Amino acid sequence: MNIMDHLPALVIAIPLLTAFLTPLIDRVSRKARNAVVFIALALTFILAILLVQDVFDNGIQIYVMGASSTTQTIPTQAAVPIRIVLEIDGLSAFMVLISVLISLLGLIYSFSDIKERGGRFYTLFLLMLVGMLGMELTGDLFNLFVFLEVTSIAAAALIAYEFRRGSTSEAALKYIIISSIGALFVLFSIGLLYGEYDLLNMAAIAQAMQSTHIDKIALVLLFSAFALKAGAAPMHMWLPDAYGEAPGAISMVLIPTTAASMYALFRVCFTIYNESLHAIIPAVIIIFGLLSIFIGVTMALVQDDIKRLISFAAVAEVGYILLAMGVGLYGFLNSEEYTVTALRGGMFHLFNDVLDIGLLFLVAGGVIYATGERSLNKLGGLAHSMKYTSVLFLVGLAAAAGLPPMNGFASKIIIYESVYKVSPILSIIAILASIMMLAVFIKIFQAVFTGPKLTECREVPKPMLASMIALAALIIFFGLFPDMVIEHLVDPAVNALMNYGAYIQAVMGVGT
Amino acid sequence: MSDEKMSVIVQTIAGMLFPMVLIFSFYVILHGHLTPGGGFQGGAIGASAVALLIVAYGSKTIEKKMAEENLSIFESLGGLVFVIVAIAGFILASAFLSNFLVGEPLFGQIPGWGESPLNSGGFLPILNIAVGMKVIGGLSAIVLMLALVSREVKEQ
Amino acid sequence: MIYNIPFFTVVALIAIGMYAMLFKRNLIKMAIGLTIVESGVNLFLITLGYRKGGFAPIFTDLPPDVSPADIPGKMVLPVPQALTLTSIVIGVAVLALILSLAINIYRHYGTLESEKVRRLRE
Repeated sequence: MNIMDHLPALVIAIPLLTAFLTPLIDRVSRKARNAVVFIALALTFILAILLVQDVFDNGIQIYVMGASSTTQTIPTQAAVPIRIVLEIDGLSAFMVLISVLISLLGLIYSFSDIKERGGRFYTLFLLMLVGMLGMELTGDLFNLFVFLEVTSIAAAALIAYEFRRGSTSEAALKYIIISSIGALFVLFSIGLLYGEYDLLNMAAIAQAMQSTHIDKIALVLLFSAFALKAGAAPMHMWLPDAYGEAPGAISMVLIPTTAASMYALFRVCFTIYNESLHAIIPAVIIIFGLLSIFIGVTMALVQDDIKRLISFAAVAEVGYILLAMGVGLYGFLNSEEYTVTALRGGMFHLFNDVLDIGLLFLVAGGVIYATGERSLNKLGGLAHSMKYTSVLFLVGLAAAAGLPPMNGFASKIIIYESVYKVSPILSIIAILASIMMLAVFIKIFQAVFTGPKLTECREVPKPMLASMIALAALIIFFGLFPDMVIEHLVDPAVNALMNYGAYIQAVMGVGT
Repeated sequence: MSDEKMSVIVQTIAGMLFPMVLIFSFYVILHGHLTPGGGFQGGAIGASAVALLIVAYGSKTIEKKMAEENLSIFESLGGLVFVIVAIAGFILASAFLSNFLVGEPLFGQIPGWGESPLNSGGFLPILNIAVGMKVIGGLSAIVLMLALVSREVKEQ
Repeated sequence: MIYNIPFFTVVALIAIGMYAMLFKRNLIKMAIGLTIVESGVNLFLITLGYRKGGFAPIFTDLPPDVSPADIPGKMVLPVPQALTLTSIVIGVAVLALILSLAINIYRHYGTLESEKVRRLRE
């Protein structure tokens, strides 16, 4: 048995195993439980890095569950793939890296943030990670639905974790109802596709795709469900509540879950429907993106709750990604030369969005941890007592607003550049919104960190600082060396998006 | 859910029915690989037995007998067995979740045409038992907690 | 025609469920609406796999007068049934979560009307 052959399964299996182990160890000792959870997640992180490395070096990896050979996608007696297939191309690997990295940092943060009922918390945390990873690794449409639901259920339970505040239950209820509707749409369209092609494997469906009316109905359902789950305006109403009410690091870890839905959206558009996609879809994505940017920024201006404010900024960041990906999809369908630039900008910004908004959420969580206060009107002068936190907030602020030395600038400039080629107006709106975003963050900084000392508080504990510093370091690194990051991380994902033929070939090409 | 105990007649009959329902639940779980049913269905039947007790005896009495934490532990054990068996698939055989017990003396038989021996199906019975444990534990804990909390809310 | 009735039922169930979710203000009624939509989708999946005069897909438990050669094309598709079962299991988990959240909301706000609950506006 070579462990390298089983990496895709292990990346899912280890957090799953630990999730069930945690309540048992929690009975024995809290320290042991924390240690086990941390070791398991660190191990998952290492294995995920190995997997990503493998994918970037050797191309698409296939793992067939329960088969006598892990690469035999089509059994000898059958003509189509019938087993559960995990398929990891550059895009999946990119997303896996984001999810695992953010979860690890979120876990370190949570060790000092979460005090009571830790056993449950870590079980749910790991299950949410399993759901995300499953969505990103699977090559099977039905498994995508199952993992989507696993993610939503775990995320809803985590949002309601501080159950003594009633508003958390409210946010979680909204989140779970909306996620379930989205998931039922997905299930219904899986039914439509299965009824038409008798297939569940994404690559097999992509190969059989004929663009009939039923396919178009399924596309509309899948598209709206994943856009809903990704938090694109005008379906963003659950997102500020969910992000705003979730405890500490969970707000940050929820960003990769929406990113996983975005991944599913891109997978459906670029891989399953590929060139038979109706020409209106890129336009719809661009409109959603613009709406998200506009609504996110304007709503952020009027917020009073620090976490809700950042949540609306997160909506705007989703808008930037969708804008770039919509332009990229448009170019992809019409074979324009700016396609690669646009997709590169979108994927790079996806990573940057997770890092920037994640850092801001961690800082906001730290402020709430130290002062117990969420309202911008009641906070003030924290820079006196929380020096590190305020500096870290400045880093996150500059990155999210797209100021030059940070990663946000690097990806936004690519987005402006590519979007300009489609229509200069799109570019102008994006730049204006970016300036407004800066105003929004300056407002928080001024309200929370500057001014006279209003409350007595101490600096946040070291584990919380450590994960914030790690994020800030990544942000600065990505900002200083964007070429390196694009070449080694983003480009494989972009190539995977463009090259749907390889995705199909990896599963369907074995027998032929 | 009832917030107080029901009459002695109901309690006695519920106590008598409880083992029978559980036995039926085990039957459905253990025959999961041969007949309609399986871990989830059998587990749901088992949890309904617990729900019956809650209705008859009141949620507080049942909470004392089977603490919610114990049910959660039982549930986690079920999940743990499932994942361990799945991982054993690639340690002992070829791939994650591959059926490594086929051909072994204990469960290795493959059920043939029109015959249904219980000791067949490879690791499927083990997975069914694991799922059954998880569902009995999980659903019972859910029902118990909902009963306890709604009773608490009513008292407020 | 008669074989289309399940599909009409699917449409009716989804429409009724959607109506309940969109226009009912009580949280429990919204949960019921969600369950009805889910039943509609589950029925749709089951109907997809149906074959006229087919057997239940249990290899060891077929009618005695059937021989192995008859099986191809005669068995109801098992995959949609597996999908439905999975979706039912997920539905149970979602419903339990929604109900427990609704109980918690009732504990804090003393009401289940979504209009009165909304603290998180804008």
